[in-house]
Amino acid sequence: MALAQYDINDSMTTDIKEIREDFPNLHVQVHGKPLVYLDNAATTFKPRPVIEAMAGYYQKYTSNVHRGIHELSEKATVAYETSRDKVRELINARESREIIFTRGTTESINLVAYSYGRHFLNKGDEILISEMEHHSNIVPWQILCEEKGCVLKIVPFNDLGELCYDEFERLLTSKTKLVSIVYVSNSLGTINPVHKIIQAAHQHHALVLVDAAQAVGHGPVDVQALDCDFLVFSGHKLFGPTGIGILYGKAEWLERMPPFHGGGDMISSVTFAKTTYAVLPYKFEAGTPNVAGAIGLGAAIDYVRSIGFDTITTQEKSLLAYGTKALQSVNGLRFIGTAKEKTAILSFILPGVHPHDIGTLVNEEGIAIRTGHHCTQPVMQHFGVPATSRASLAFYNTTEEIDRLVGALHKVREVFP
Amino acid sequence: MTYDSRSELYQEVIIEHNKNPKNFRKISDTTHQAEGYNPLCGDHLQVYLRLEGPDGPIEDIAFEGDGCAISKASASLMTTSLKGKRLQEVDILFDQFHRLIKGDLDPEKSPHILGKLSVFSGIWHFPARVKCASLCWHTMKGALQNVKTVSTE
Repeated sequence: MALAQYDINDSMTTDIKEIREDFPNLHVQVHGKPLVYLDNAATTFKPRPVIEAMAGYYQKYTSNVHRGIHELSEKATVAYETSRDKVRELINARESREIIFTRGTTESINLVAYSYGRHFLNKGDEILISEMEHHSNIVPWQILCEEKGCVLKIVPFNDLGELCYDEFERLLTSKTKLVSIVYVSNSLGTINPVHKIIQAAHQHHALVLVDAAQAVGHGPVDVQALDCDFLVFSGHKLFGPTGIGILYGKAEWLERMPPFHGGGDMISSVTFAKTTYAVLPYKFEAGTPNVAGAIGLGAAIDYVRSIGFDTITTQEKSLLAYGTKALQSVNGLRFIGTAKEKTAILSFILPGVHPHDIGTLVNEEGIAIRTGHHCTQPVMQHFGVPATSRASLAFYNTTEEIDRLVGALHKVREVFP
Repeated sequence: MTYDSRSELYQEVIIEHNKNPKNFRKISDTTHQAEGYNPLCGDHLQVYLRLEGPDGPIEDIAFEGDGCAISKASASLMTTSLKGKRLQEVDILFDQFHRLIKGDLDPEKSPHILGKLSVFSGIWHFPARVKCASLCWHTMKGALQNVKTVSTE
């Protein structure tokens, strides 16, 4: 069935071949074999325009932003701010000043926990997260709770890896001040009903932070339609560079939040008697920012939009269906994360074979998958496994690559019968 | 240079010790024990020891835990190698095993007392897996030094 489904996409296969030419890293050899890269949930490859945009900045207009009168600084500032506007467009934020550049998802969440959490949350206030959060959406809240005496509540998921929405509604009370929830789970692939969650939370006057690290780049995300208060993601999972990420926040909250880091570029004036802070977004961007990273991210957004989310989601859905079917031919293979609504993330275990042994053996076939707990140890604890193997797909992957993974897993079964 | 894990890493001895690990049990009347943990991969084990006197010999040694084939086989082989040894010999084996898995000791060229442990001589070709083999040894050493929890990074 999955095979037939793929056959109808013959024309797409040709397009994907062309698209693959845009990604130099897809064309390397590992252990003398063409690389099969199935670790896109960890980081995605970068298309040539991203690499060129960053090299262009370093080769032709290296300079600091917001500081210089000279030509290069002006050019860099324009490029940096243009990227901010591209992010705004991508997620449909109202204003560019609602887009804060950070180092990544982790820093964005920490910024909210530090700046919003420490100033607006009090003893006894409750923060709601889910059992399927990445450690980056657990630990900052644990630190905050310990410091402020807030209470962290956990919404469980069922054995398919779907959030128990009834439990969420039960845990959501007048004490809940903040809900911080992952949009797409990195270890299960589950797509959470964030729109419904946000509406319910707002009825209880709780704010909502959406961790969209695994969502942007795989489908359209609209912060106005969602009505989330904060949304965070990383550039490097969106075909952009590492070290750059985004915090989107509604201006009404960001305005009232104190700065995260103090330093240059985030001030309006400094005297030893009193310092006044810069306006948004600069209040949250102390120090020289990752200029090349922001420019690269802007180029990545242009690239993704040129491919189009229709193509991206169609291709990824088709790969998910094909992969789900194909992997079942491996003796004993069991999927971890079988939600009805999920992205192209295939986490699995092979009874009797530890994921690290799988990782080593498939690596020899030139195949890159992730093995381990994926920074979601509570998810592993839920399923009673120490780790899983995870193949995470992007639109540039092919069914041939999935076949190579399946072949490699059959070989793993030969070593560990 | 690439290496074939099936000849270098997953040799029959290792596969067999993974499948049927020796001394995979708990010892209740221990003189020393410690917990080993690799936070990066989640490997987790307990090493139990009972010494006859302060300098040994090791009267009984066993382990329990969860880990990959390499870590399980390494723990199994460690227990069979250390049983009956005095602590002085344990130190020598610890040192030789470490040089072996880092590629600093070639069992075919240098004198050693590793015996069956030399099956791990190819592991240094797989840098990501060296810690899988060494966790149990660090845990055993920690137990003898009365450290309760050993963590590799």
